[in-house]
Amino acid sequence: MTETMTTQPAAATQRQNDGTTIDITDLTCTFTSRRKRTTALTGVSLSVRAGEFVSIVGPSGCGKSTLLKIVAGLVPPSSGEVRLLGRTVTGPQREIGFAFQRAALLEWRGVRANILLQAEMRAMDKRKAAARADQLIELTGLTGFENALPHELSGGMQQRVALCRALLHEPPVLLMDEPFGALDALTREHMNVELHRIWRETGTTVVLVTHSIAEAVYLGQRVVVMTPRPGRIERVYDVDLPAVRDYGATMSSPTFEKLAREIRVLLGASGHHG
Amino acid sequence: MPEVISPAARPAAEPPEPAATTPDDADLPKSRLAQRAGRLLSAAWRPALLLVLLGLGWWAITAAEVFPAYLVPTPGDVANELVTEREMLARHTWVTTYETVVGFLLAAVIGMLAAVLIVYSPTLEKALYPLILFAQVIPKIAIAPILVVWFGFGPMPKVILAVLIAFFPVVVSGVAGLRSTDPELLDLSATMGASRWKTFRKIRFPNALPHLLAGLKVAVTLAVVGAVVGEFVGADEGLGYVLLLASGNLNSSLLFADLILMSALGVVLFILVEAAEALLIPWHASRRQGVPLTTS
Ligand SMILES: Nc1ncnc2c1ncn2[C@@H]1O[C@H](COP(=O)(O)OP(=O)(O)O)[C@@H](O)[C@H]1O
Ligand SMILES: [Mg+2]
Repeated sequence: MTETMTTQPAAATQRQNDGTTIDITDLTCTFTSRRKRTTALTGVSLSVRAGEFVSIVGPSGCGKSTLLKIVAGLVPPSSGEVRLLGRTVTGPQREIGFAFQRAALLEWRGVRANILLQAEMRAMDKRKAAARADQLIELTGLTGFENALPHELSGGMQQRVALCRALLHEPPVLLMDEPFGALDALTREHMNVELHRIWRETGTTVVLVTHSIAEAVYLGQRVVVMTPRPGRIERVYDVDLPAVRDYGATMSSPTFEKLAREIRVLLGASGHHG
Repeated sequence: MPEVISPAARPAAEPPEPAATTPDDADLPKSRLAQRAGRLLSAAWRPALLLVLLGLGWWAITAAEVFPAYLVPTPGDVANELVTEREMLARHTWVTTYETVVGFLLAAVIGMLAAVLIVYSPTLEKALYPLILFAQVIPKIAIAPILVVWFGFGPMPKVILAVLIAFFPVVVSGVAGLRSTDPELLDLSATMGASRWKTFRKIRFPNALPHLLAGLKVAVTLAVVGAVVGEFVGADEGLGYVLLLASGNLNSSLLFADLILMSALGVVLFILVEAAEALLIPWHASRRQGVPLTTS
Protein backbone atom coordinates (compact mmCIF):
# COMPACT_ATOMS: atom_id res chain seq x y z
CA MET A 1 0.00 0.00 0.00
CA THR A 2 2.67 2.44 1.05
CA GLU A 3 4.42 1.77 -2.19
CA THR A 4 1.68 3.23 -4.31
CA MET A 5 1.28 6.07 -1.90
CA THR A 6 4.91 7.08 -2.15
CA THR A 7 5.00 7.05 -5.92
CA GLN A 8 4.33 10.59 -6.88
CA PRO A 9 1.68 11.45 -9.41
CA ALA A 10 3.21 11.60 -12.86
CA ALA A 11 2.24 15.22 -13.33
CA ALA A 12 3.97 16.28 -10.14
CA THR A 13 7.15 14.44 -10.98
CA GLN A 14 7.33 16.08 -14.36
CA ARG A 15 6.85 19.54 -12.97
CA GLN A 16 9.25 18.93 -10.15
CA ASN A 17 12.02 19.78 -12.55
CA ASP A 18 10.93 23.29 -13.43
CA GLY A 19 10.63 24.02 -9.72
CA THR A 20 7.54 26.16 -9.37
CA THR A 21 4.08 24.70 -9.06
CA ILE A 22 2.11 27.83 -8.20
CA ASP A 23 3.23 31.24 -9.35
CA ILE A 24 1.18 34.17 -8.13
CA THR A 25 2.12 37.58 -9.52
CA ASP A 26 0.83 40.91 -8.22
CA LEU A 27 -2.67 39.68 -7.56
CA THR A 28 -5.49 42.10 -6.78
CA CYS A 29 -9.07 41.13 -6.15
CA THR A 30 -11.94 43.56 -5.66
CA PHE A 31 -15.55 42.50 -5.14
CA THR A 32 -18.23 44.95 -6.16
CA SER A 33 -21.73 44.47 -4.92
CA ARG A 34 -24.60 46.93 -5.25
CA ARG A 35 -23.83 48.49 -1.90
CA LYS A 36 -20.05 48.53 -1.66
CA ARG A 37 -16.67 47.63 -3.05
CA THR A 38 -14.46 45.31 -1.05
CA THR A 39 -10.83 44.96 -1.89
CA ALA A 40 -10.00 41.49 -0.66
CA LEU A 41 -6.42 41.26 -1.91
CA THR A 42 -3.80 43.73 -3.12
CA GLY A 43 -0.38 43.11 -4.57
CA VAL A 44 -0.06 39.48 -3.58
CA SER A 45 2.90 37.65 -5.08
CA LEU A 46 3.99 34.20 -4.03
CA SER A 47 5.76 31.23 -5.52
CA VAL A 48 5.24 27.72 -4.28
CA ARG A 49 7.79 25.08 -5.22
CA ALA A 50 6.78 21.63 -6.31
CA GLY A 51 6.27 19.37 -3.31
CA GLU A 52 6.38 22.27 -0.89
CA PHE A 53 4.03 22.74 2.06
CA VAL A 54 3.04 26.40 2.51
CA SER A 55 0.83 27.57 5.38
CA ILE A 56 -1.08 30.84 5.22
CA VAL A 57 -2.25 32.62 8.36
CA GLY A 58 -3.97 35.96 8.71
CA PRO A 59 -6.89 37.69 10.37
CA SER A 60 -10.45 36.82 9.36
CA GLY A 61 -11.59 38.50 6.18
CA CYS A 62 -8.09 39.23 4.90
CA GLY A 63 -8.72 37.29 1.71
CA LYS A 64 -7.21 33.88 2.43
CA SER A 65 -10.17 31.96 1.04
CA THR A 66 -10.33 34.30 -1.92
CA LEU A 67 -6.65 33.66 -2.64
CA LEU A 68 -7.17 29.89 -2.68
CA LYS A 69 -10.23 30.25 -4.90
CA ILE A 70 -8.29 32.38 -7.35
CA VAL A 71 -5.56 29.76 -7.49
CA ALA A 72 -8.21 27.11 -8.11
CA GLY A 73 -9.71 29.26 -10.87
CA LEU A 74 -13.04 29.56 -9.07
CA VAL A 75 -12.82 33.34 -8.70
CA PRO A 76 -11.29 35.56 -11.39
CA PRO A 77 -8.73 38.06 -10.09
CA SER A 78 -9.23 41.76 -10.80
CA SER A 79 -5.63 42.03 -11.90
CA GLY A 80 -2.48 40.00 -11.71
CA GLU A 81 -1.83 36.48 -12.78
CA VAL A 82 -1.74 32.97 -11.38
CA ARG A 83 0.19 30.22 -13.09
CA LEU A 84 -0.51 26.70 -11.96
CA LEU A 85 1.79 23.92 -13.16
CA GLY A 86 3.11 26.27 -15.80
CA ARG A 87 -0.22 27.34 -17.27
CA THR A 88 -2.09 30.57 -16.67
CA VAL A 89 -5.26 30.01 -14.63
CA THR A 90 -8.35 31.23 -16.45
CA GLY A 91 -11.10 28.86 -15.25
CA PRO A 92 -11.71 26.08 -12.72
CA GLN A 93 -8.58 23.93 -12.44
CA ARG A 94 -8.83 20.17 -12.56
CA GLU A 95 -5.35 19.30 -11.39
CA ILE A 96 -6.02 20.19 -7.79
CA GLY A 97 -7.64 18.72 -4.73
CA PHE A 98 -9.71 21.14 -2.67
CA ALA A 99 -10.76 20.77 0.97
CA PHE A 100 -12.92 23.25 2.87
CA GLN A 101 -13.59 24.10 6.49
CA ARG A 102 -16.86 22.25 6.33
CA ALA A 103 -16.39 18.78 4.98
CA ALA A 104 -19.04 19.45 2.29
CA LEU A 105 -20.00 15.80 1.93
CA LEU A 106 -23.04 14.45 0.14
CA GLU A 107 -25.45 13.60 2.94
CA TRP A 108 -26.98 10.71 1.05
CA ARG A 109 -23.76 8.92 0.26
CA GLY A 110 -21.70 6.66 2.49
CA VAL A 111 -18.01 7.28 3.15
CA ARG A 112 -16.76 5.32 0.19
CA ALA A 113 -19.32 6.69 -2.23
CA ASN A 114 -18.49 10.21 -1.09
CA ILE A 115 -14.83 9.64 -1.81
CA LEU A 116 -15.66 8.13 -5.17
CA LEU A 117 -17.63 11.21 -6.22
CA GLN A 118 -14.28 12.55 -7.35
CA ALA A 119 -13.81 9.55 -9.63
CA GLU A 120 -17.33 9.72 -11.07
CA MET A 121 -17.09 13.41 -11.86
CA ARG A 122 -13.73 12.91 -13.55
CA ALA A 123 -14.81 9.70 -15.25
CA MET A 124 -11.75 7.96 -13.83
CA ASP A 125 -11.11 4.29 -14.36
CA LYS A 126 -13.53 2.57 -11.98
CA ARG A 127 -11.27 -0.18 -10.76
CA LYS A 128 -8.27 2.04 -10.20
CA ALA A 129 -10.40 4.57 -8.35
CA ALA A 130 -11.90 1.87 -6.13
CA ALA A 131 -8.45 0.54 -5.25
CA ARG A 132 -7.17 4.02 -4.52
CA ALA A 133 -10.23 4.74 -2.35
CA ASP A 134 -9.54 1.60 -0.34
CA GLN A 135 -5.94 2.71 0.18
CA LEU A 136 -6.99 6.13 1.37
CA ILE A 137 -9.66 4.71 3.66
CA GLU A 138 -7.02 2.57 5.28
CA LEU A 139 -4.47 5.38 5.39
CA THR A 140 -6.87 7.71 7.20
CA GLY A 141 -8.23 5.09 9.57
CA LEU A 142 -11.74 5.02 8.15
CA THR A 143 -11.77 1.24 7.78
CA GLY A 144 -15.03 -0.19 9.05
CA PHE A 145 -16.95 2.98 8.23
CA GLU A 146 -17.01 2.57 4.45
CA ASN A 147 -20.80 2.66 4.29
CA ALA A 148 -21.51 5.04 7.15
CA LEU A 149 -23.44 8.16 6.19
CA PRO A 150 -21.91 11.56 7.03
CA HIS A 151 -24.37 12.23 9.87
CA GLU A 152 -23.20 9.03 11.51
CA LEU A 153 -19.59 10.27 11.61
CA SER A 154 -17.78 12.58 13.97
CA GLY A 155 -16.47 15.91 12.66
CA GLY A 156 -12.94 14.54 12.48
CA MET A 157 -14.02 11.55 10.44
CA GLN A 158 -16.01 13.75 8.08
CA GLN A 159 -12.90 15.82 7.47
CA ARG A 160 -10.94 12.66 6.79
CA VAL A 161 -13.49 11.68 4.17
CA ALA A 162 -13.19 15.12 2.58
CA LEU A 163 -9.40 14.73 2.60
CA CYS A 164 -9.64 11.30 0.95
CA ARG A 165 -11.93 12.76 -1.69
CA ALA A 166 -9.47 15.57 -2.34
CA LEU A 167 -6.62 13.06 -2.70
CA LEU A 168 -8.38 10.36 -4.73
CA HIS A 169 -7.17 11.52 -8.13
CA GLU A 170 -3.61 12.00 -6.82
CA PRO A 171 -3.60 15.71 -7.51
CA PRO A 172 -0.20 17.37 -7.83
CA VAL A 173 -1.59 20.31 -5.81
CA LEU A 174 -3.73 20.24 -2.68
CA LEU A 175 -5.48 23.43 -1.56
CA MET A 176 -6.95 23.41 1.94
CA ASP A 177 -9.07 26.17 3.44
CA GLU A 178 -9.12 25.85 7.23
CA PRO A 179 -9.91 22.17 6.93
CA PHE A 180 -9.60 21.47 10.65
CA GLY A 181 -11.11 24.71 11.90
CA ALA A 182 -14.26 23.08 13.20
CA LEU A 183 -12.54 20.26 15.08
CA ASP A 184 -11.74 19.99 18.75
CA ALA A 185 -8.11 20.47 19.74
CA LEU A 186 -7.27 16.81 20.18
CA THR A 187 -8.82 15.64 16.92
CA ARG A 188 -7.09 18.51 15.24
CA GLU A 189 -3.69 17.37 16.45
CA HIS A 190 -4.36 13.89 15.12
CA MET A 191 -5.37 15.33 11.79
CA ASN A 192 -2.23 17.46 11.67
CA VAL A 193 -0.05 14.42 12.24
CA GLU A 194 -1.97 12.54 9.55
CA LEU A 195 -1.75 15.37 7.05
CA HIS A 196 1.99 15.66 7.68
CA ARG A 197 2.40 11.97 6.97
CA ILE A 198 0.23 12.08 3.86
CA TRP A 199 2.17 15.03 2.53
CA ARG A 200 5.48 13.27 3.06
CA GLU A 201 4.24 10.07 1.50
CA THR A 202 2.60 11.60 -1.55
CA GLY A 203 4.92 14.51 -2.30
CA THR A 204 1.92 16.66 -3.11
CA THR A 205 2.31 20.42 -3.13
CA VAL A 206 0.11 21.73 -0.33
CA VAL A 207 -1.21 25.22 0.40
CA LEU A 208 -2.96 25.27 3.76
CA VAL A 209 -4.97 28.21 5.08
CA THR A 210 -5.37 28.03 8.83
CA HIS A 211 -6.31 29.99 11.93
CA SER A 212 -3.96 28.03 14.09
CA ILE A 213 -0.39 29.29 14.34
CA ALA A 214 0.74 25.96 15.81
CA GLU A 215 -0.79 24.11 12.88
CA ALA A 216 0.81 26.50 10.39
CA VAL A 217 4.27 26.09 11.87
CA TYR A 218 4.11 22.35 12.53
CA LEU A 219 2.97 21.57 8.99
CA GLY A 220 4.50 24.29 6.86
CA GLN A 221 7.91 24.57 5.31
CA ARG A 222 7.08 28.20 4.94
CA VAL A 223 4.45 30.27 6.76
CA VAL A 224 2.88 33.22 4.95
CA VAL A 225 1.44 35.90 7.26
CA MET A 226 -1.16 38.21 5.77
CA THR A 227 -2.35 41.67 6.86
CA PRO A 228 -5.96 42.63 7.59
CA ARG A 229 -8.11 43.71 4.67
CA PRO A 230 -7.12 44.57 2.06
CA GLY A 231 -5.01 41.45 2.31
CA ARG A 232 -1.31 41.73 1.53
CA ILE A 233 1.49 39.36 2.34
CA GLU A 234 3.13 40.84 5.40
CA ARG A 235 5.93 38.34 5.86
CA VAL A 236 7.01 34.92 4.78
CA TYR A 237 8.82 32.80 7.36
CA ASP A 238 10.99 29.82 6.55
CA VAL A 239 10.33 27.12 9.07
CA ASP A 240 13.68 25.85 10.20
CA LEU A 241 12.50 22.45 11.35
CA PRO A 242 13.39 18.99 10.03
CA ALA A 243 11.38 17.72 7.07
CA VAL A 244 10.04 14.82 9.10
CA ARG A 245 8.46 16.16 12.25
CA ASP A 246 7.36 14.35 15.35
CA TYR A 247 4.43 16.23 16.84
CA GLY A 248 5.42 16.26 20.50
CA ALA A 249 9.10 16.96 19.82
CA THR A 250 8.27 19.76 17.39
CA MET A 251 5.84 21.43 19.76
CA SER A 252 8.42 21.62 22.52
CA SER A 253 11.38 22.57 20.34
CA PRO A 254 12.77 26.08 20.88
CA THR A 255 12.73 26.81 17.14
CA PHE A 256 9.00 26.10 17.03
CA GLU A 257 8.26 28.18 20.09
CA LYS A 258 10.30 31.14 18.89
CA LEU A 259 8.69 31.18 15.47
CA ALA A 260 5.17 30.71 16.81
CA ARG A 261 5.71 33.59 19.22
CA GLU A 262 7.01 35.83 16.45
CA ILE A 263 4.02 35.11 14.26
CA ARG A 264 1.63 35.63 17.14
CA VAL A 265 3.18 39.01 17.87
CA LEU A 266 3.01 39.97 14.21
CA LEU A 267 -0.66 39.02 13.97
CA GLY A 268 -1.42 40.70 17.29
CA ALA A 269 0.34 43.87 16.18
CA SER A 270 -1.91 44.06 13.15
CA GLY A 271 -4.84 44.47 15.48
CA HIS A 272 -6.89 41.35 14.86
CA HIS A 273 -6.75 37.75 15.77
CA GLY A 274 -7.54 35.30 13.01
CA MET B 1 -82.79 7.82 -2.75
CA PRO B 2 -79.65 6.48 -4.26
CA GLU B 3 -81.59 5.27 -7.32
CA VAL B 4 -81.64 8.86 -8.57
CA ILE B 5 -77.96 8.67 -9.16
CA SER B 6 -77.11 6.77 -12.26
CA PRO B 7 -76.87 3.29 -10.82
CA ALA B 8 -73.63 1.50 -11.34
CA ALA B 9 -74.11 0.59 -14.95
CA ARG B 10 -70.77 -1.08 -15.25
CA PRO B 11 -68.91 -2.76 -12.45
CA ALA B 12 -65.91 -0.98 -11.10
CA ALA B 13 -63.05 -1.86 -13.37
CA GLU B 14 -60.53 -1.17 -10.68
CA PRO B 15 -60.44 -1.23 -6.92
CA PRO B 16 -61.53 2.15 -5.57
CA GLU B 17 -58.23 3.01 -3.99
CA PRO B 18 -54.79 2.07 -5.18
CA ALA B 19 -53.72 -0.72 -2.89
CA ALA B 20 -51.14 0.60 -0.47
CA THR B 21 -47.95 -0.81 -1.88
CA THR B 22 -44.90 -1.32 0.24
CA PRO B 23 -42.57 -2.78 -2.34
CA ASP B 24 -39.52 -2.99 -0.13
CA ASP B 25 -41.19 -4.88 2.67
CA ALA B 26 -40.78 -8.14 0.83
CA ASP B 27 -37.01 -8.20 1.03
CA LEU B 28 -36.73 -6.81 4.51
CA PRO B 29 -35.46 -9.09 7.21
CA LYS B 30 -38.18 -10.20 9.64
CA SER B 31 -36.94 -8.12 12.51
CA ARG B 32 -37.12 -4.92 10.48
CA LEU B 33 -40.60 -5.84 9.28
CA ALA B 34 -41.69 -6.33 12.85
CA GLN B 35 -40.02 -3.08 13.77
CA ARG B 36 -41.88 -1.35 11.02
CA ALA B 37 -45.21 -2.81 12.07
CA GLY B 38 -44.49 -1.71 15.60
CA ARG B 39 -43.73 1.82 14.43
CA LEU B 40 -46.90 1.88 12.35
CA LEU B 41 -48.97 0.76 15.33
CA SER B 42 -47.43 3.32 17.62
CA ALA B 43 -48.05 5.98 14.97
CA ALA B 44 -51.62 4.87 14.29
CA TRP B 45 -53.21 4.37 17.69
CA ARG B 46 -53.63 8.04 18.53
CA PRO B 47 -55.43 9.07 15.34
CA ALA B 48 -57.44 5.83 15.56
CA LEU B 49 -58.52 6.66 19.08
CA LEU B 50 -59.49 10.16 17.99
CA LEU B 51 -61.54 8.74 15.14
CA VAL B 52 -63.36 6.37 17.50
CA LEU B 53 -64.10 9.23 19.89
CA LEU B 54 -65.40 11.41 17.06
CA GLY B 55 -67.56 8.52 15.85
CA LEU B 56 -68.94 8.03 19.35
CA GLY B 57 -69.73 11.75 19.61
CA TRP B 58 -71.41 11.66 16.23
CA TRP B 59 -73.40 8.61 17.25
CA ALA B 60 -74.42 10.26 20.55
CA ILE B 61 -75.67 13.38 18.74
CA THR B 62 -77.74 11.40 16.26
CA ALA B 63 -79.04 9.06 18.99
CA ALA B 64 -80.22 12.06 20.99
CA GLU B 65 -81.93 13.32 17.81
CA VAL B 66 -80.55 16.83 18.20
CA PHE B 67 -80.82 17.33 14.44
CA PRO B 68 -83.32 15.77 12.07
CA ALA B 69 -82.01 12.65 10.33
CA TYR B 70 -82.06 14.28 6.87
CA LEU B 71 -79.46 16.78 8.09
CA VAL B 72 -77.19 14.52 10.12
CA PRO B 73 -77.34 10.82 9.35
CA THR B 74 -76.33 8.24 11.93
CA PRO B 75 -72.96 6.48 11.54
CA GLY B 76 -74.97 3.33 10.86
CA ASP B 77 -76.83 4.96 7.96
CA VAL B 78 -73.58 6.12 6.42
CA ALA B 79 -71.91 2.74 6.86
CA ASN B 80 -74.95 1.13 5.30
CA GLU B 81 -74.73 3.54 2.38
CA LEU B 82 -71.04 2.74 1.90
CA VAL B 83 -71.84 -0.96 1.76
CA THR B 84 -75.00 -1.02 -0.33
CA GLU B 85 -73.75 1.54 -2.84
CA ARG B 86 -70.22 0.25 -2.92
CA GLU B 87 -70.15 -0.47 -6.65
CA MET B 88 -71.41 2.96 -7.61
CA LEU B 89 -69.16 4.68 -5.06
CA ALA B 90 -66.16 2.63 -6.16
CA ARG B 91 -66.66 3.70 -9.75
CA HIS B 92 -66.86 7.39 -8.88
CA THR B 93 -63.95 7.15 -6.46
CA TRP B 94 -61.88 5.61 -9.21
CA VAL B 95 -62.72 8.50 -11.56
CA THR B 96 -61.64 11.09 -9.02
CA THR B 97 -58.55 9.08 -8.12
CA TYR B 98 -57.57 8.87 -11.75
CA GLU B 99 -58.03 12.61 -12.31
CA THR B 100 -56.14 13.44 -9.13
CA VAL B 101 -53.21 11.13 -9.76
CA VAL B 102 -52.76 12.17 -13.38
CA GLY B 103 -53.02 15.83 -12.40
CA PHE B 104 -50.56 15.36 -9.55
CA LEU B 105 -48.00 13.52 -11.66
CA LEU B 106 -48.21 16.15 -14.40
CA ALA B 107 -47.87 18.90 -11.80
CA ALA B 108 -44.82 17.16 -10.32
CA VAL B 109 -43.07 16.85 -13.68
CA ILE B 110 -44.00 20.30 -15.02
CA GLY B 111 -43.30 21.93 -11.66
CA MET B 112 -39.85 20.38 -11.40
CA LEU B 113 -38.98 21.35 -14.97
CA ALA B 114 -40.08 24.92 -14.27
CA ALA B 115 -37.98 24.93 -11.10
CA VAL B 116 -34.92 23.77 -13.03
CA LEU B 117 -35.41 26.45 -15.70
CA ILE B 118 -35.87 29.12 -13.04
CA VAL B 119 -32.76 28.11 -11.13
CA TYR B 120 -30.51 27.73 -14.15
CA SER B 121 -31.59 30.75 -16.19
CA PRO B 122 -32.03 34.22 -14.66
CA THR B 123 -33.74 35.36 -17.87
CA LEU B 124 -36.29 32.57 -17.72
CA GLU B 125 -36.75 33.24 -14.02
CA LYS B 126 -37.81 36.80 -14.77
CA ALA B 127 -40.15 35.58 -17.48
CA LEU B 128 -41.60 32.57 -15.69
CA TYR B 129 -42.03 33.60 -12.08
CA PRO B 130 -44.67 36.33 -12.67
CA LEU B 131 -46.57 33.96 -14.92
CA ILE B 132 -46.50 31.17 -12.37
CA LEU B 133 -47.53 33.52 -9.59
CA PHE B 134 -50.39 34.78 -11.75
CA ALA B 135 -51.55 31.22 -12.42
CA GLN B 136 -51.43 30.64 -8.68
CA VAL B 137 -53.39 33.68 -7.50
CA ILE B 138 -56.17 33.34 -10.06
CA PRO B 139 -59.12 31.71 -8.26
CA LYS B 140 -59.31 28.21 -9.66
CA ILE B 141 -63.05 28.02 -9.24
CA ALA B 142 -63.33 30.99 -11.55
CA ILE B 143 -61.50 29.28 -14.39
CA ALA B 144 -63.20 25.94 -13.93
CA PRO B 145 -66.24 26.92 -16.05
CA ILE B 146 -63.99 28.13 -18.87
CA LEU B 147 -62.11 24.84 -18.81
CA VAL B 148 -65.40 22.95 -18.99
CA VAL B 149 -66.46 25.05 -21.97
CA TRP B 150 -63.16 24.34 -23.67
CA PHE B 151 -62.64 20.70 -22.80
CA GLY B 152 -66.10 19.33 -22.09
CA PHE B 153 -67.36 17.10 -19.30
CA GLY B 154 -64.59 14.50 -19.46
CA PRO B 155 -61.64 14.14 -17.13
CA MET B 156 -59.55 16.73 -19.02
CA PRO B 157 -60.71 19.93 -17.26
CA LYS B 158 -60.42 18.21 -13.85
CA VAL B 159 -56.88 17.08 -14.58
CA ILE B 160 -55.99 20.60 -15.71
CA LEU B 161 -57.45 22.09 -12.54
CA ALA B 162 -55.56 19.58 -10.41
CA VAL B 163 -52.35 20.51 -12.24
CA LEU B 164 -53.01 24.24 -11.82
CA ILE B 165 -53.57 23.91 -8.09
CA ALA B 166 -50.82 21.37 -7.36
CA PHE B 167 -48.16 22.93 -9.56
CA PHE B 168 -47.24 25.94 -7.40
CA PRO B 169 -45.96 24.16 -4.28
CA VAL B 170 -43.86 21.91 -6.51
CA VAL B 171 -42.20 24.88 -8.22
CA VAL B 172 -41.59 26.76 -4.99
CA SER B 173 -40.16 23.76 -3.17
CA GLY B 174 -38.16 22.68 -6.21
CA VAL B 175 -36.56 26.12 -6.55
CA ALA B 176 -35.83 26.26 -2.82
CA GLY B 177 -34.32 22.78 -2.96
CA LEU B 178 -32.13 23.41 -5.98
CA ARG B 179 -30.95 26.72 -4.55
CA SER B 180 -30.04 25.15 -1.21
CA THR B 181 -27.02 23.38 -2.67
CA ASP B 182 -23.86 24.06 -0.66
CA PRO B 183 -21.86 26.55 -2.81
CA GLU B 184 -18.68 24.77 -1.74
CA LEU B 185 -19.99 21.56 -3.27
CA LEU B 186 -20.56 23.42 -6.52
CA ASP B 187 -17.02 24.84 -6.36
CA LEU B 188 -15.71 21.37 -5.69
CA SER B 189 -17.66 20.02 -8.62
CA ALA B 190 -16.11 22.68 -10.85
CA THR B 191 -12.59 21.64 -9.83
CA MET B 192 -13.55 18.08 -10.67
CA GLY B 193 -14.29 19.23 -14.19
CA ALA B 194 -17.86 17.98 -13.93
CA SER B 195 -20.39 18.98 -16.55
CA ARG B 196 -23.53 20.88 -15.55
CA TRP B 197 -25.61 17.79 -16.14
CA LYS B 198 -23.40 15.63 -13.94
CA THR B 199 -23.44 18.27 -11.22
CA PHE B 200 -27.22 18.38 -11.46
CA ARG B 201 -27.64 14.64 -11.40
CA LYS B 202 -25.18 13.81 -8.64
CA ILE B 203 -25.34 16.89 -6.43
CA ARG B 204 -28.11 19.40 -7.03
CA PHE B 205 -31.05 17.12 -7.68
CA PRO B 206 -30.55 14.67 -4.80
CA ASN B 207 -29.87 17.65 -2.58
CA ALA B 208 -33.20 19.20 -3.63
CA LEU B 209 -35.21 16.02 -2.95
CA PRO B 210 -36.13 16.71 0.70
CA HIS B 211 -37.54 20.12 -0.19
CA LEU B 212 -39.21 18.77 -3.28
CA LEU B 213 -40.91 15.94 -1.42
CA ALA B 214 -42.27 18.36 1.15
CA GLY B 215 -43.78 20.30 -1.75
CA LEU B 216 -45.14 17.12 -3.31
CA LYS B 217 -46.94 16.22 -0.09
CA VAL B 218 -48.75 19.54 -0.17
CA ALA B 219 -49.34 19.19 -3.90
CA VAL B 220 -50.98 15.77 -3.69
CA THR B 221 -53.61 16.92 -1.23
CA LEU B 222 -54.26 20.01 -3.34
CA ALA B 223 -54.64 17.86 -6.44
CA VAL B 224 -57.66 16.19 -4.83
CA VAL B 225 -59.20 19.62 -4.31
CA GLY B 226 -58.55 20.52 -7.93
CA ALA B 227 -60.20 17.38 -9.27
CA VAL B 228 -63.25 17.75 -7.01
CA VAL B 229 -63.70 21.44 -7.87
CA GLY B 230 -63.59 20.47 -11.53
CA GLU B 231 -66.29 17.89 -10.92
CA PHE B 232 -68.46 20.42 -9.13
CA VAL B 233 -68.52 22.66 -12.16
CA GLY B 234 -69.30 20.16 -14.84
CA ALA B 235 -69.16 16.39 -14.67
CA ASP B 236 -71.26 13.28 -14.90
CA GLU B 237 -69.01 11.17 -12.76
CA GLY B 238 -66.59 11.44 -9.85
CA LEU B 239 -66.93 12.06 -6.12
CA GLY B 240 -67.58 15.78 -6.63
CA TYR B 241 -70.47 14.97 -8.93
CA VAL B 242 -71.92 12.47 -6.43
CA LEU B 243 -71.65 15.10 -3.71
CA LEU B 244 -73.66 17.61 -5.76
CA LEU B 245 -76.34 15.06 -6.56
CA ALA B 246 -76.58 13.88 -2.95
CA SER B 247 -76.96 17.39 -1.67
CA GLY B 248 -79.57 18.15 -4.36
CA ASN B 249 -81.55 15.15 -3.20
CA LEU B 250 -81.02 15.90 0.50
CA ASN B 251 -79.48 12.44 0.76
CA SER B 252 -77.31 13.13 3.77
CA SER B 253 -76.15 9.53 4.21
CA LEU B 254 -74.73 9.46 0.71
CA LEU B 255 -73.30 12.94 1.19
CA PHE B 256 -71.41 11.87 4.28
CA ALA B 257 -70.28 8.64 2.69
CA ASP B 258 -68.95 10.63 -0.25
CA LEU B 259 -67.10 13.05 2.04
CA ILE B 260 -65.49 10.14 3.86
CA LEU B 261 -64.27 8.72 0.57
CA MET B 262 -62.84 12.06 -0.56
CA SER B 263 -60.90 12.44 2.67
CA ALA B 264 -59.74 8.85 2.51
CA LEU B 265 -58.49 9.47 -1.03
CA GLY B 266 -56.47 12.46 0.12
CA VAL B 267 -55.04 10.57 3.08
CA VAL B 268 -54.09 7.49 1.04
CA LEU B 269 -52.34 9.57 -1.62
CA PHE B 270 -50.52 11.55 1.05
CA ILE B 271 -49.33 8.32 2.68
CA LEU B 272 -48.12 7.08 -0.71
CA VAL B 273 -45.99 10.20 -1.16
CA GLU B 274 -44.66 9.74 2.37
CA ALA B 275 -43.74 6.17 1.48
CA ALA B 276 -41.92 7.45 -1.60
CA GLU B 277 -40.11 9.89 0.67
CA ALA B 278 -39.01 7.10 2.99
CA LEU B 279 -37.60 5.24 0.00
CA LEU B 280 -35.94 8.21 -1.67
CA ILE B 281 -34.40 10.12 1.21
CA PRO B 282 -33.84 7.73 4.11
CA TRP B 283 -30.63 9.68 4.75
CA HIS B 284 -32.33 12.99 5.44
CA ALA B 285 -32.48 14.45 8.96
CA SER B 286 -36.28 14.35 8.88
CA ARG B 287 -36.26 10.57 8.45
CA ARG B 288 -33.38 9.42 10.59
CA GLN B 289 -33.94 6.78 13.18
CA GLY B 290 -30.50 5.39 13.87
CA VAL B 291 -28.11 6.46 16.57
CA PRO B 292 -24.67 7.82 15.68
CA LEU B 293 -21.96 5.22 15.20
CA THR B 294 -19.41 7.41 16.92
CA THR B 295 -19.69 10.11 19.47
CA SER B 296 -16.41 12.00 19.38
N1 LIG C 1 -18.15 36.61 -3.45
C1 LIG C 1 -17.88 37.69 -2.69
N2 LIG C 1 -18.57 38.84 -2.91
C2 LIG C 1 -18.29 39.95 -2.18
N3 LIG C 1 -17.37 40.01 -1.23
C3 LIG C 1 -16.65 38.89 -0.96
C4 LIG C 1 -16.87 37.67 -1.68
N4 LIG C 1 -16.03 36.74 -1.22
C5 LIG C 1 -15.30 37.33 -0.25
N5 LIG C 1 -15.68 38.62 -0.09
C6 LIG C 1 -15.09 39.59 0.84
O1 LIG C 1 -13.70 39.57 0.68
C7 LIG C 1 -13.06 39.64 1.93
C8 LIG C 1 -12.13 38.47 2.08
O2 LIG C 1 -12.89 37.29 2.24
P1 LIG C 1 -12.24 35.86 2.46
O3 LIG C 1 -11.32 35.58 1.35
O4 LIG C 1 -13.33 34.90 2.68
O5 LIG C 1 -11.42 36.08 3.81
P2 LIG C 1 -10.77 35.01 4.79
O6 LIG C 1 -10.91 33.65 4.16
O7 LIG C 1 -9.36 35.45 4.95
O8 LIG C 1 -11.49 35.11 6.08
C9 LIG C 1 -14.14 39.68 2.98
O9 LIG C 1 -14.32 41.01 3.39
C10 LIG C 1 -15.36 39.19 2.27
O10 LIG C 1 -16.50 39.82 2.78
MG1 LIG D 1 -11.93 32.00 4.83
